[in-house]
Amino acid sequence: MQRIRLALIALPLSSLLALWAAPSGAAELEFTLTLRNHRFEPAEFKLPAGQRVKLLVHNQDGTPEEFESHSLNREKVVPGGAKVAIYVGPLKPGRYTFFGEYNPATAQGVIVVD
Amino acid sequence: MFSSALIVFRETLEAALFVGIIAAATRQIAGRARWLNAGIGAGVLGALVLALLAERMAAWNEGTGQDMANIAILGLALVMLVWHSLSSATQGRQMALEARELGSAVEQGQRPPWALFVATALAVLREGAETVLFVSGSITGPDSPAGATVLLSCVLGLAAGAAVGALVYFGLSRFSLRGLFNATNVLIAFLAASIASQLAKALAQAGLLERWTTPLWDSSALVASDSAMGTLLHALLGYDARPSGVQVASYAAVLLLILVGARWARVRREPPKPRAFPRP
Repeated sequence: MQRIRLALIALPLSSLLALWAAPSGAAELEFTLTLRNHRFEPAEFKLPAGQRVKLLVHNQDGTPEEFESHSLNREKVVPGGAKVAIYVGPLKPGRYTFFGEYNPATAQGVIVVD
Repeated sequence: MFSSALIVFRETLEAALFVGIIAAATRQIAGRARWLNAGIGAGVLGALVLALLAERMAAWNEGTGQDMANIAILGLALVMLVWHSLSSATQGRQMALEARELGSAVEQGQRPPWALFVATALAVLREGAETVLFVSGSITGPDSPAGATVLLSCVLGLAAGAAVGALVYFGLSRFSLRGLFNATNVLIAFLAASIASQLAKALAQAGLLERWTTPLWDSSALVASDSAMGTLLHALLGYDARPSGVQVASYAAVLLLILVGARWARVRREPPKPRAFPRP
């Protein structure tokens, strides 16, 4: 009895969750960011508001870096020579700073969203 | 040098707090030091392997391989902690009953809570891999400082992190056995909720979730994520200055699940009492 009741609750709940999490299928926006000599290129760029963006971070240095942004609430290690994807947003208009945690003296950048 | 010690400290802190809480939670269990050390050892080994694989893994699944590994680690840790929380609620009840019946100490003969040790290994693995990557990067880089300097800052950061973990352990150990049981249960519930929130964030970062990913609020002016207070609150309670909707939802859901589930388990295990209403 207990199990049936549990299933009665779990089934509609999980299907609701699946519906909610299903991708919307909207066209995807991509932006490539390069790391060279512990600097981001470009160090400043624009992104549209209200849209999810796939950030591609290409680390051309031989050493690992951690892409980190408190305002974007993202952090991800990018090994030397690797290219990784980081999904951000949808973002509200504003300035979002990011940096390389392993070389914060030089690796600094900002995304302007409008 | 100070900055690299700080990075190692930050990465260590979360795992050290985790170990401190779990060590306190399992204080009364015979032979737990061996289990705990095995968990930490397995975590360190895993971290080395994960760091070695990092370069190859980064390219997997269109550049989200690392997130996938993270999601798997966080998912498993979440299952372990939730499972432990729910089963320890029934066990705690049994423990109390047995103690009353036998009138003896319950320390002996208790099964080791292996779910907690697996979760400990996973916490060390996750935080350790980033530390290994950072340290190996600073040693092999062309403009890297001397190896001895890197090693020293690494040891300093590790020691400082471990010291905070030990502080939490000894702080918790001052509780009586019953108080300790309650305190660590609450802390473990918060650790589980924190992991759920981090899991939701990792899923969004990997592009697997696309709803409710915008921050709900921004409390960074109050307590910044990278401040000492923010780091500590993050490690203990899963504090995030800009949590997305899905992070807040999963945090609350797991906390609720453990609180309600533990209560439900406790009620079910209680010896039958006369009821005012017959159960359907």
